[in-house]
Amino acid sequence: MSVLVYAESNDGKLKKVALEAASYAKKVADMLQTTVTAVTVNANDTDVLGNYGVSKVLKVNASWNDFNANAVAKILHQAAVKENSSVVILPGTTDAMYLAPIATVALQASFASNVVALPESTTPFVVKRTAFSNKAFNFTQLDAAVKVLCIAKNAFGLHEDAVAISTEDFSVEVSASDLGVKVQNVEKTTGKVTIADAEVVVSGGRGLKGPENWGMLEELAQTLGAATACSKPVSDLGWRPHSEHVGQTGKPVATNLYIAIGISGAIQHIAGINSSKVKVVINSDPEAPFFKVADYGIVGDAFDIVPRLTQKIKEFKMQNA
Amino acid sequence: MKILVCISHVPDTTSKINFTNGDTEFDTNGVQFVINPNDEFGLTRAIWFQEQQGAHVTVLNVGGAETEPTLRKALAIGANDAIRINTNPTDGFAVAAQIAEVCKQNNYDLIICGKESLDYNGGMVPGMLAAMLGYNFVNSCIDLKVEGTQATTAREIDGGKEIASCSLPLVVGGQKGLVEEKDLRIPNMRGIMTARTKPLQVMEPSGADNKTKAVKFEKPAPKSAVKLVDANNLDQLIDLLHNEAKVL
Repeated sequence: MSVLVYAESNDGKLKKVALEAASYAKKVADMLQTTVTAVTVNANDTDVLGNYGVSKVLKVNASWNDFNANAVAKILHQAAVKENSSVVILPGTTDAMYLAPIATVALQASFASNVVALPESTTPFVVKRTAFSNKAFNFTQLDAAVKVLCIAKNAFGLHEDAVAISTEDFSVEVSASDLGVKVQNVEKTTGKVTIADAEVVVSGGRGLKGPENWGMLEELAQTLGAATACSKPVSDLGWRPHSEHVGQTGKPVATNLYIAIGISGAIQHIAGINSSKVKVVINSDPEAPFFKVADYGIVGDAFDIVPRLTQKIKEFKMQNA
Repeated sequence: MKILVCISHVPDTTSKINFTNGDTEFDTNGVQFVINPNDEFGLTRAIWFQEQQGAHVTVLNVGGAETEPTLRKALAIGANDAIRINTNPTDGFAVAAQIAEVCKQNNYDLIICGKESLDYNGGMVPGMLAAMLGYNFVNSCIDLKVEGTQATTAREIDGGKEIASCSLPLVVGGQKGLVEEKDLRIPNMRGIMTARTKPLQVMEPSGADNKTKAVKFEKPAPKSAVKLVDANNLDQLIDLLHNEAKVL
């Protein structure tokens, strides 16, 4: 009857979003007066889950290395059956969003993604989620016996709540048909902070005038340990790769700090980044719509401001190191 | 190759979002509707398969009669025929079940959906559809090639992409990358004229149960005004980010 959480890992290490999902699961378990069981696949550091309220870990040591949505969905399905779980919590990552609908069908469950707050009530089970590309919230009632939720990144945060934790090995038979999609190759940029993992994102727009001017932006990002991103026109013009395009039709951003440089703030761009906690805009045009949604703004020339800002942040980091 | 492209009829990306009837319904007043952008990338890729590999492209939408102009636009872009399942799409599970019924009757080799619609952003229909049909599934698909009965796909992952292969039938949850923005087509006059006479079949829904219900909507709380910092006083910005916003 426990609340089940999928604790996602990467290279054997749990992701921060796994701990966030566990924190959420613990609060839901408290509402339902039950405990939390986590499922992990090829993760090593599972004991840390106990700090976030997980009482039991079902540890899967899979023979495959590449992520397979059907296989993980099957694991989650069988774990939910074994634990008799009525609520299954996942993070909102690319991989979790890939597998959750598959698991939902297997469980004949109700599904809600982009969940940003604890259930408003548990009978009926109602959650708040973002919709209309972050331009609104939608309260969804989940009517099936089993509820599957994907939690929006950074919306709920980490909440420590240490409990005693036990671990058991769990294995699930995966058939050849589950592994129908065969990964041939993974191309990953290494050594760079990805937009999905970043706590801070530094983003540039057409105001930067050309791809040759991205050096100062990358230096600012490096100083902040941030990922770099860009507006849609910039990726359409080929100044930056599509993987950096953030906005309604690009990647969503939900960071602690989003710095927009030379981005006017079209409604589609704002929709994609609006879940970020603190937004800073640097733009020479005081009428740029971004100033309406930003927390802090500087009106001025990015080419003058950004290098000086990088310098100031370097000095600040030195003093506070 | 028989391709089904599932499209959603969604508010244009520039739309202002408002609600009506005590915040329980989306206010369609003054809203322009378009083909969901993620679906449009998939549709354009399907038309490429039609032109290069002789594929037959059917577009499908679950919705009322008011969504037909969106289907006609897809026909004007080049789809061969269209299906509208005549029911209001209020739950992703039920929508997937409706589409699955059509797929079981028609044996499509390739089913292309957008990875999410820009209205409810549920992101669930393609995965559910694949699971219901027992077909292979690739989500967040940014490249798709088919040779014979084999597909090669690229999936966007955090910080890169994952190349995979599988056999047909296949369901993809597509997005930008399937084709580029510049490849999207604006229907020309000839396309619009021929679309008028292309077959658009209206099917009554099968009895799928809803598993969720949207009970109400809320707009984000109005934001407090931006704090402007002088370009010559960057120390103030550092101070605000550190002491007030606590993000530095």
